[in-house]
Amino acid sequence: MILIWLFMVPFIGGLLCWQIERFGLTLPRWVALGTMFIVLMLSLLLWHTGDYSQTLLGGHGHWVEEFSVPWIPRLGISFSFGLDGLSLLMVVLTGLLGLMAVACSWKEIARNVGFFHLNLMWNLGGVIGVFLATDLFLYFFFWEMMLVPMFFLIALWGHNIPGGTSRVFAATKFFLFTQASGLIMLVSILSLVFVHYRATGTLTFAYGDLLHTPMSAATEYWLMLGFFVAFAVKLPVVPFHSWLPDAHSQAPTAGSVDLAGVLLKTAAYSLLRFAVPLFPHASASFAPVAMWLGVLGIIYGALLAFSQNDVKRMVAYTSISHMGFVLVGIYSGTEQALQGVVIQMLAHGLSAGALFILCGEIQERLHTRDLREMGGLWSRFSYLPPIALFFAVASLGLPGLGNFVGEFLILLGSYKAAPVVTVFAASGLILAAVYSLMLVQRAFLGKAKSDEKLRDLNAREVVTLVTLMALLVGLGLYPQPVLDISRAPMAAVQEIYQTVGHSGTVAADTATIITTAGAP
Amino acid sequence: MLNLLFLVFLSPLLGFLILSLGRGRISQNLAGVIGVGSIGISALVTLGCGIQLLTHPSADGAYTQLLWQWMQVGSFNPRFALRLDGLSLTMCGVITGVGFLIHLFASWYMRGDEGFTRFFSYMNLFVASMLFLVLGDNLLFLYFGWEGVGLCSYLLIGFWYQDPANGSAARKAFIVTRVGDTFMAIGLFLLFRELGTLDIQQAMATAPGHFEVGSKTVTAIAFLLLGGAVGKSAQLPLQTWLPDAMAGPTPVSALIHAATMVTAGVYLIARTRVLFELAPLALHWVGIVGAATLLLAGFTALVQTDIKRILAYSTMSQIGYMFLALGAGAWQAAIFHLMTHAFFKALLFLSAGAVILACHHEQDIFKMGGLRKKLPLPFWSFIVGGSALCAVPYLTAGFYSKDEILWQAFAGGHIDLFLAGLFGAFLTSIYTFRLIFTVFFGKEHSAAHSGHGISYTLPLAVLLLLSTFVGGMIHPPLSLVLPAGPGEGGGEMEHKIALLSGTVAILGIALAGLLFLGDRRFVKWLNNSALGEPLGRFFGAAFGFDWLYDKLFVRPFLWFVRVNASDYLDRGIMAAAGSLQSLNGELTKTQTGRIRWYAASVAAGAVLVIAVAALT
Repeated sequence: MILIWLFMVPFIGGLLCWQIERFGLTLPRWVALGTMFIVLMLSLLLWHTGDYSQTLLGGHGHWVEEFSVPWIPRLGISFSFGLDGLSLLMVVLTGLLGLMAVACSWKEIARNVGFFHLNLMWNLGGVIGVFLATDLFLYFFFWEMMLVPMFFLIALWGHNIPGGTSRVFAATKFFLFTQASGLIMLVSILSLVFVHYRATGTLTFAYGDLLHTPMSAATEYWLMLGFFVAFAVKLPVVPFHSWLPDAHSQAPTAGSVDLAGVLLKTAAYSLLRFAVPLFPHASASFAPVAMWLGVLGIIYGALLAFSQNDVKRMVAYTSISHMGFVLVGIYSGTEQALQGVVIQMLAHGLSAGALFILCGEIQERLHTRDLREMGGLWSRFSYLPPIALFFAVASLGLPGLGNFVGEFLILLGSYKAAPVVTVFAASGLILAAVYSLMLVQRAFLGKAKSDEKLRDLNAREVVTLVTLMALLVGLGLYPQPVLDISRAPMAAVQEIYQTVGHSGTVAADTATIITTAGAP
Repeated sequence: MLNLLFLVFLSPLLGFLILSLGRGRISQNLAGVIGVGSIGISALVTLGCGIQLLTHPSADGAYTQLLWQWMQVGSFNPRFALRLDGLSLTMCGVITGVGFLIHLFASWYMRGDEGFTRFFSYMNLFVASMLFLVLGDNLLFLYFGWEGVGLCSYLLIGFWYQDPANGSAARKAFIVTRVGDTFMAIGLFLLFRELGTLDIQQAMATAPGHFEVGSKTVTAIAFLLLGGAVGKSAQLPLQTWLPDAMAGPTPVSALIHAATMVTAGVYLIARTRVLFELAPLALHWVGIVGAATLLLAGFTALVQTDIKRILAYSTMSQIGYMFLALGAGAWQAAIFHLMTHAFFKALLFLSAGAVILACHHEQDIFKMGGLRKKLPLPFWSFIVGGSALCAVPYLTAGFYSKDEILWQAFAGGHIDLFLAGLFGAFLTSIYTFRLIFTVFFGKEHSAAHSGHGISYTLPLAVLLLLSTFVGGMIHPPLSLVLPAGPGEGGGEMEHKIALLSGTVAILGIALAGLLFLGDRRFVKWLNNSALGEPLGRFFGAAFGFDWLYDKLFVRPFLWFVRVNASDYLDRGIMAAAGSLQSLNGELTKTQTGRIRWYAASVAAGAVLVIAVAALT
């Protein structure tokens, strides 16, 4: 039952935000804050009470918490939710970053405050739904659900950069990219359901039933590709990435925090939850391609990040680079790498979220995000630059912080499966140092453009950022509580790879697989 | 006492936290007390732990303190555990002891700088990270400290952040060493794949049973670790960052870029000795890298004019000696030289700092001169430190360690390494006394003001003492950790080698006196000669490595990011969208509103459909 509340609270809270605006402009903010606080508390309650150590595979056995009522029984669609360690961690991250997103828009958003928070809450509610849905129809519903509010967040409260693209353009690009890829996924979902129907005679969208659907290798491969494309756009995987920098640079701060911190994670989550378990053989044979795409993302994102002048675009490209590690980890299929993926998702959510919050704070004070206009900010603030330095070095993977644990585990694990890929992926460590230090240099070091002091962080901003810092340190020095929660689901994914024989060596050459898959 | 071992790193770590949180609220005096005092506590704890370890030795001569399990993922279970044995004790002694003296000196040197508190917070963080590096019981923990010292090095090189040149030197240092670190990380992946653990003791114990001597895998691991070591220790081919790192405040150069961090590579190789012994090829290359670096750095130092850069190249060349020693299997001698080098090089850097401040931040040795009267303490420090660097026989600490290295190389049959070391010693004497004669003798060029106060004299005096034979008498307790070299108990032959190397050192000093005392006519002629001029430029540019790397890596990188700044992959996708739009534009044109056109196209369409139907 508590699962229902996890996503109903944001929906109700959102409506409340919208209507309560007429009684005062700060009320929606407090309502939104309270809403996300409740979500976070509920998820922590689940963390506290549940037993996440069970490794039961397939079927219904491995949900720690479940809820299901029929929705459209004729088509085998039900309103069903399930929660395991992976979804729990993602929901906790969503609740936490939701709080941060509300906090960081406290001053930034002045127009239509109520409606803004409605969109924010609904978007987060949709994300939570994606993390919990165990019916593919329902899952698709939430997948689309998180899209529309995000479109409005960018289009209505975004920034128009002089000389750059407009916020409506960015919002539309975001919408079209994700919508088009979502459509491909819908086709794949429906095909999967029909394949299942033809094989077994039952029409169902239930995740547990669709696992182990018997199908030919070629069918499996094409269906897997359909899912993969949707997730690849969202992750994003190069070359489907270009909506992200545009969306980020135009989105309001809360939108960026939400996008980088949570929305991208829905893609990684879905790869782990759906693409790999539903299509194990195809995923195993596709793994080399996916891992090389990950490497491409790591390097391409890092190179592009270096050359950006807009600081938000820059952070957006670093996200692409970091998500490349996630992709490599997911498809390497070893236990260390998969656990590293979980840590990397959490750590990237926290660090990229914090970097976007910092970008927003700098923009509020300097009225620009252009790195060419910055420089020497170190002497004009007293708290902001050291904090920014902290998150910059987190993003370059300094040991002691969460990102290091994630990246190191991913590389350590994938080395066993694919040494060459890992060596190329490891070059991302160098490139991350190059762009992170360049960011620090261009924004904070060098001669100040003016001696005028800038308004330093206030208590709300300090609390937000220090919380994120503390969590990153915790994740870096003692990640075990998180690893314990995610151990069972990740072991399940690893077992899937193992049963199809993707352990250690990279599967045979992809060319033959694609040609066999291409043959009807 | 040993169970207080964690205090060794906790004290500087707390110092860092207090200083960074109290920024702007605590006075310089208090910041100085915290910054220096935390290292003092650390040094005292090290001393206490060391005494107990050596007086009540356990079976394996080591003490391990488990802090907590870092993580456990399947079979991967690195711990945060400290391990104190003879090797890490020696390193800790150098780090906290020499570190304390340098901190004390820095409280004089940095007085009045607006970033005083920030400086000490970074320095304390550095010491804590360096202690992680040497105390870590696990290669991942070691890597933690390894990256931590890299970050602190970056922060301190770019400490005076207003000058973009300092920032670029700092980035260069971090990125070049990160290249090495990445090799090392890959080495760790490979090691874990093979042995299933990164615990140092466990890995070293199982490695001989797992690998055959000279097998491909273990050789690869050793070479990858060597990659990490050459990055951190500024050896060929990743040596280019060290001279630029001199942009940092001089105490930083003394602590990080002379006494401690740059020797981490030597420590790493000594720590993973078993792997290198299983990979003789890699070990041989350690020696070759050391020999090549010490010669390159020696030649380069001959023509530098910046006092700190000369010392930087001399550091590079002395670490070359340590690598040479490792390569020759003289494990103990390498660590011994590491220790004495920390003494005399810290002394040289600190007194260089004193000279630089006295001359109002002048660093060009040819703009100094005749300073021996005005700056007696730095002068004598330079004489003693410089002699130790040249290994003047019997009187200086450097002699005992360097001679040991040369003898071991000779005794082990590494004649090539021995000759390179001997020639390097000759070069060292020339460039060191070129510096001393130029700065302290001859005409006075500038007004200089001597420093005073206990925080100025005490560190110099103590280091001066340690750079004499007194330092050479300290024998690091390495016998349980590292094997003695091939030439243990050499007798007659060892004395001959000592005599030879001593003669070479003194010849070099004499030659430097001939060349650089007086009006230097020969040097001027040489500098302007047809052969000397280009050769001087070539040496001055450190054999053109910066130029080469700029062409090979930096420019292609910058070219690509500049060309692709607007993301060509995005352009491609947007072009697809654009073509759809123009197709739409074209099709819109057919909606003319004229009935004639519509009727005609309906008719044409009908004909087409019928034709297709009829023909198929």
